[in-house]
This record gives sequence, C-alpha cells and structure tokens, in this order.
Amino acid sequence: MARKILLVTTDQQRYDTLGCNGGSVARTPVVDALAAGGVRYERAHPQSVVCMPSRSTILTGQHPTTHGVWMNGVPLPANAPSVAGLLHDAGYRTALVGKAHFEPYLDPFLRFPENAVPPSGTPVGGTHRGFEHLETATHGVMGPLHYARWIRTEHPEAVDGFYATLDASLQVNAAGGGDTGAPQVKVNPVDRGCYHTDWVADRTIAWLDSLAADDDWFCWMSFPDPHHPWDPPESEVGRIDWREVPLPAGYPEDRAQREAILDAKPRHWRAWYDGTLVSNYEAPAAWVPATLTADQVREVNARNAVECELVDEALGRVLARIGERGWGDDTDVVFTTDHGELQGDFGLLFKGPYHVDGLLRLPLVWRPAPSVGAVPAVVPGPVGLVDLAPTLCAIAGLEPPGWMEGRPLPVDGADAAARGFERVLTEWDSELFGTEVHLRTLMRDRWVCTVYLPGTSHDGSEGELYDLVDDPLQRVNRWDDPAVRSLRTDLVADLWDAQPPARADRLALEAPV
Amino acid sequence: MTARRGSVRHEVRLACTPERVWGLVGSAERLAEWFPGVTSCTVHGDVRTVVTGAGLPMPEQILTVDQHLRRFQYRITAPLFIEHLSTIDVHDLGDGTSLVVYSVDAEPAPLALVIGGAARAALLGLPDVLGLASPR
Repeated sequence: MARKILLVTTDQQRYDTLGCNGGSVARTPVVDALAAGGVRYERAHPQSVVCMPSRSTILTGQHPTTHGVWMNGVPLPANAPSVAGLLHDAGYRTALVGKAHFEPYLDPFLRFPENAVPPSGTPVGGTHRGFEHLETATHGVMGPLHYARWIRTEHPEAVDGFYATLDASLQVNAAGGGDTGAPQVKVNPVDRGCYHTDWVADRTIAWLDSLAADDDWFCWMSFPDPHHPWDPPESEVGRIDWREVPLPAGYPEDRAQREAILDAKPRHWRAWYDGTLVSNYEAPAAWVPATLTADQVREVNARNAVECELVDEALGRVLARIGERGWGDDTDVVFTTDHGELQGDFGLLFKGPYHVDGLLRLPLVWRPAPSVGAVPAVVPGPVGLVDLAPTLCAIAGLEPPGWMEGRPLPVDGADAAARGFERVLTEWDSELFGTEVHLRTLMRDRWVCTVYLPGTSHDGSEGELYDLVDDPLQRVNRWDDPAVRSLRTDLVADLWDAQPPARADRLALEAPV
Repeated sequence: MTARRGSVRHEVRLACTPERVWGLVGSAERLAEWFPGVTSCTVHGDVRTVVTGAGLPMPEQILTVDQHLRRFQYRITAPLFIEHLSTIDVHDLGDGTSLVVYSVDAEPAPLALVIGGAARAALLGLPDVLGLASPR
C-alpha cells in the first residue's frame, strides 16, 4: 500500500489567518496541529493571484505561461497534464470535492465538462483531468454545480439567505451588508450543516467511506471559503465580535498616509482606489475602495475569520474519519490555498494586479504521513504552488515527470538550501474590454521585484521593489531608489532568465470567470 | 470605470467555398448543428428560440439574413440582456477559401464574453461539421 494523500485547499486565504502563522483572530487548532507535526512554509507563493491560473498550476505543476491559463475565464485545455491523472494511472483512487475552477463558471451553454458532471459525481468518460469522482461547489447557490443543485433541491428555503455573488449586470456584486455595509457581506441564516464548508467535508467523508480499506487514494478537498462573499452561517458569526477585531497592520487608518503610500506605487493602484480604473473582473466594478471604512475592514476580517474557523473544524471532521478508517498513520495532508486576499491592506479588498504579501504570501502546511517519521520543521525561504504537484508525485513514490516545472517541496530549511530553493515567480496578465495589465514578479532573498510590461496604464518602465525585512508591509517602493539600483538590475535579469517556457499558442478568453 | 458594453470578435478561415459555409451558418434553423451547447432551436418567422445545454431558453430576434452579403444578424432578447447584437459574416477570399467572422456586442459586458466564447468554439468546430481540414 502507498501513502494516501489529502490535499486541502481553501480559496483566497491569507497567510496570517492561521494561528500557526501568527494569526490572532481565527482559531485554527486543526491546521496548527498539522503544522506542529509537519512542515510549515513561511514563504509559499502562488504563480498567479487569481483562481483559474493558480488552480491550474496546482494541478499541472506548471506556471501559467506554460499551462496557458493566463487569466480567469481562459479554460485549461482538456488535454493539459494533470497530477491527478498520474496518480490515477498509478492505481490511486482519485477525487476532487468542492471548488475545481479549471474551466469557466459562467457557462449557460454547459460547454465545459466541469460544469456538467452528472449528479453521481462520475464524470462522463470515467475521469476528468484524472479525477474519477468530482463533486463541485463554489461560493454561491446558483448554477449547475453539485452543491448548488443540492441546496436548491433539498433546502430551497435557504437559497435567498446567501449573498448574490454577481449583480444584475453579471458584475461582481458591490452591494453591502452586515453591520457596516461592507461589500460582499450578508447575514445568512442558513443552517451551518447546509453551508458549503460542511457540505464539502460531508461529501469528502462520503467518498472516503466508499473506498475499500486497502485502496490508495488521493483526494483534493477544496473549500470555496474564505473567498468572498463573506456570508457565513449567522449562527456562527457571533464567535467573533467585529468591533473587537484589531485593524490589520497593513491597513493605514490615516487617509492621507494611505493615499501617499498608494501614490508611490504604479498608477493603477491609486486609480483603482479612486474608482477611475477597474482593470479586472475579480473585484466589484461598482465599488470604490476609497469608500472603505475602518469598521468595514474589521467586519470583513471578522467574517473571514469565522469562515476560516469553519474550514478548520470541517477539516478536523475529515481527519477524524480518516483516523477511524485506520488510515491516519499513512495519510499525508497538505493544506494551502490558491491565492491571498488584500483584506484591508492599503485600504483595499479583494484581489487584482497587486503583487504584495496580502495576495502573494500563502498558508502552506505539509504534514507527512506519520508512518514516515518526518521531523517537524519550518521552511523560511520561498516555495511555490508549482511545487505541489511534484510533491504529490514524490509522496506517491513517482518520479515527477519532465513537464512539471516545480520540485518536491523541501522538508526543512537545510533541504531548501541544499536543493537551491531560491526564487519563485508570479505573473499577471489581464485583458478585459480594452484594459490590459501585465506584471512579472520575482521573490528572491528578502526582495519582491515586479516589472511591468506595457499596458493600458503602464508604459513598461514601471516597477515595484520591496525589502521584506526592512519593509514587511511593502509600503516603500524602492524601484527608483539609486541605492539599490544594481540590486534591481540583478533581480530583473534573474526574473527574465528564470521565466518558464511559454506555450506556442495563446489560449482564448472564453468567459469573464 | 468599467465597460458596460462589451465587444468581442472571432474569426476562422476555412478551406471551402463561402457558399458552402453560408449554407450552414446562414440557416437559422441549423444552429444546433454547429453551435456547441445548443441543444435545440426552433424558428417562427423572425423569432428563433434556442435552448442551451443548461436548459435555458434563449429567445432571439433574427434581424438580417442577407444572401448576397452573406451576413446573418440576430439579437438575443432574453431579459438578462440589456442590449445584444451578433453578426456572422462569411467572406469570399477568392482562392476557394472563406473567412467567417463572428462579432458579438452586448450589455452587460460580461455577456459578450460568454456569447463570444461559445461563438469561438463554434467557429473552431466548423471544419469538423463541414468535413474539412483544420482551420488555416
């Protein structure tokens, strides 16, 4: 028998939302315990800060430039390589439960297989991207995914309690709610057991229960939370009084200070803040960040923390079931997310072409199967989500294939140093109705270096350079600082030298998301 | 600011005469033969009703069927659309090949991407439907 693999992802979760990473708002004892018994990564970075490209990286072990999903709405090709496919071919039973999003969601023609998986969860043709079982969910209750169909059928009374993720114009909804009127916040009276977090855990447990005791299995359990909307079950919201939530360190409460910081960054930062430019689909087009209040930041953070706690508790239930099945000692657990959330940093929410820690620094914990006797460790240096697929191969005893661009994750700092884990790349490309933004970012040593390619708001000369040691909040853009000019030159050269191979053909944008 | 109205255009060059392409894409009632995700379509006068793979009925008004220009235009009149106009043009490239251009304008803007994305897939599928070699 091989080691079993539980890959747990959330959606849009910040590094600092976990207790093991220093977070103080949400209680996350389950993930904290995994970290205490495994490897915790302090600098895990996505290769894109939006869902579809990042999730495609997790699945393929490739950078967006290579797998081709350059922005949300670009479907991952049906024949794209898949670590799940490798594991399935090696004899693993494979499942994905929860949010997939390798293919666009806005799909009235039901053209994409991911949106048309039969109720049984068995894809047409037997597998889809290597998964023999797919039960899908996302943030809302509309559309063809399994969770949405289930709640509309079994609990129709609950449907109206959820926040409508899109407005009547099919834009990301800007409507506010809760106590402060914060965008994407709503009081949701749904029973906790009917909320998608518990549904994902329930369906994961059901799939695990369907397996034979001696099956090897790989399950990607993919929670839609704590991505907005922030509409967790009302019964749970009282866990955290938003009035007592401290403002995040990244939120400059003084307006003049906030705007001065933004003004020192490339111009699209301030333009979005002022509501004069919306460069991408992922944030509400009708929402102006300059209107965000300190209390709204507190309430968003409180609700986000509640969602993180629910995920943690749901994971605890799944781990308990794994233990009851007798698999506890032989199961590797990897916990991470696809990208971060600004969550008040710089007076902003949501995500976009803003390569700073709020979006770039992710929670990542790997608790190897206890039977292998791994030594708990912390890895301080940079690793990427691109390294996950090779890691899953290594866990299964498979040699990572040549098409994977990452490497099996280091097991401690010394391993990282010995194997040369020095840099991570992140990229952004968006082209939406005439507005385009293109960024390439390198994380290396103590620096975050972003170069801008020509676009609607940029002429290609702009950049960002942050010293993570002296300026952990990335408030001082040193791109034009003569004192670090030679360093900047070196980092930029390294960034371009390290770029992955690009696809020969450019994939088409086929939907907004 | 963000665009309220979206505009998308896709095209494909086909190794066959424009008359042959037009015989398919210019025939309103044949849509389900070549447009992915359309499970049925019925035509009554200038009203075409499409049913999508998701089971959504999508009523349309046929605006132009110009046999000489080889232009087909229609407007989706489903409530979600504030405005929509799609135009299919089949051009004769004079060398036995054709250029099919599918233009979509819609408000709200995201719908232009949704319809345009499906239209692109439809264009890319035309060689198979017409029994031709791959797009040039």
